[in-house]
Amino acid sequence: MAAVKLLGAWVSPYNCRVICALKLKGIAYEYMEEDLLNKSPLLLQYNPVHKKIPVLVHGGRSICESAVILRYIDETWPENPLLPADPYERAVALFWIKFADDTTFPIAMMYLITGEEQKKAAKECSEMLETIEEHGLVEGKKFFGGDEINMVDIAFCSVAHWLGVIEEVTGLKAFEPHKFPKLNSWILNFKSVPVIKESLPDIETMLAFFKGRREMVLASKSS
Amino acid sequence: MEGGVVLLDFWASMFGMRVRIALAEKEIKYEYREQDLRNKSDLLLQMNPVHKKIPVLIHNGKPICESLVQVQYIDEVWHDKAPLLPADPYKRATARFWADFVDKKMYDSGSKIWKTKGEEQEAAKKEFIENLKLLEGELGDNLYFGGEGFGYVDVALVPFYCWFYAYEQCGGFSIEAECPKLIAWVKRCMQKESVAKSLADPEKVYEFVLHLKKAYGIE
Repeated sequence: MAAVKLLGAWVSPYNCRVICALKLKGIAYEYMEEDLLNKSPLLLQYNPVHKKIPVLVHGGRSICESAVILRYIDETWPENPLLPADPYERAVALFWIKFADDTTFPIAMMYLITGEEQKKAAKECSEMLETIEEHGLVEGKKFFGGDEINMVDIAFCSVAHWLGVIEEVTGLKAFEPHKFPKLNSWILNFKSVPVIKESLPDIETMLAFFKGRREMVLASKSS
Repeated sequence: MEGGVVLLDFWASMFGMRVRIALAEKEIKYEYREQDLRNKSDLLLQMNPVHKKIPVLIHNGKPICESLVQVQYIDEVWHDKAPLLPADPYKRATARFWADFVDKKMYDSGSKIWKTKGEEQEAAKKEFIENLKLLEGELGDNLYFGGEGFGYVDVALVPFYCWFYAYEQCGGFSIEAECPKLIAWVKRCMQKESVAKSLADPEKVYEFVLHLKKAYGIE
C-alpha cells in the first residue's frame, strides 16, 4: 500500500475535514505540520497553484483542495462510503459540500477583521446558518448523512467547532441554540461521534491561538 | 415533467452552457426554459430556494443545483455514453481540481475586466491572463484537458470563450496574443457540435455586457 502523507495546519478546519475522513476510513498516514507564515519547499512543490494546505500526498502524487481530497479518499478507499450511492442523493450532498466551501469563509474572517467589515462577515455568517437550518437539515435526521455521518457533516466541521471559538474571541454572536434548534442538535450529535472527537483540535489551544492572532490584528490596526 | 429533463437557464450564462454541453454530449432530450433574471419565476425560486440562481437541472421533477454538480450528475446517470470524468481516482481528482480552479478564478477576474477601469482593470486583465496561462500549462501538449477525450475540465472552461470578445473589447487587449495554445484548444472544442450549439454568440454577449454596463452605471 502506497504511503499517505498529509501536509496540514492543526488550526485549519479544511485540514480537519481530511483528518476526519482518513480516520473514518482507518487509513494510516504521516502528518506534517506546516508553518503557514513560512511555507516549506515541499508544500510549494506539491501545491504550486494555490500554495495552501491541506495537501494529501499518496504514492508520491499530490491532491489539493479539501473537497477534492475528500472525494479522492472516498473513491480510493471505498469501504465506509462517505457519499450516498444514489446519484440524486449524491448530487444533493455535493451541493451542500459546495455550499460549505463557498459560505463558511466568514467564520474565519470574523476574527481577522474589524469594524464594518467584521459586521458584514458576521451578517453573512448568520445568513449561512439560517440557510442550513431552513434548507439543509431535516427534522429527526441525526446527521446530514442520516443515521451515520457522511462527507457533508465533515464539510461543515467549521460550523460545529470553529464558530464557537471565533465567537468567544470576537464577542460576536451569530449562533444561538434556540434560534437554530436543528443546527444545535446536529452540532451536539456531530461532536459526540468518537472519530470526530479525536479529530477536532483542542478548544483551549484554539482559543489561545485565535486570541493571540486577534491581538496582533487589533494592534496593527491601531498603530 | 416525470421522467423528463428540464433546464432552467439564461442564454448568456457560462454555467448554463456547461450543462447544455453535457446534455448534448450524452444526446439527452430536454426542455430548455429561458429565465428572466430580473423577474425570477416561481419555479426557479421553488427549485433553487438557497441561491435562486440558474442553471437548475430538473430530472424526474427533482432539482439539482450548481453547474459542476449538474455535470457530474449527468455523467453518472447517463454513464453509457461520452464519459466526461475519467475512471482513475487520481485523474478524477486532477479534473475536479482544475474545474474548481475555473470556478474560483475565471468568473471573478473576467467580471472585473468589464466592471472596472484604469488601474483596477489593468490588475484584473493581468490576473485573468495569469489564470489562463496556468490553464494552458495544465493543458500542455494534450488535445483536451486530462489527455484523454473531451471531458470535464473542457466542459467547465470552454463556455467562458464566448465572453472573451466582450472582455477584449472592454479591456483593450487580445487573449489570443497572450494565450495562443488555449485559443487553439478552444477552436478544437468548437468543432464539436455539442460545444458550437451550446455557446452564445460572442457579439450578442458583448451587446449584453454593454447593456449591463449602462445598467450598473459603468462607463
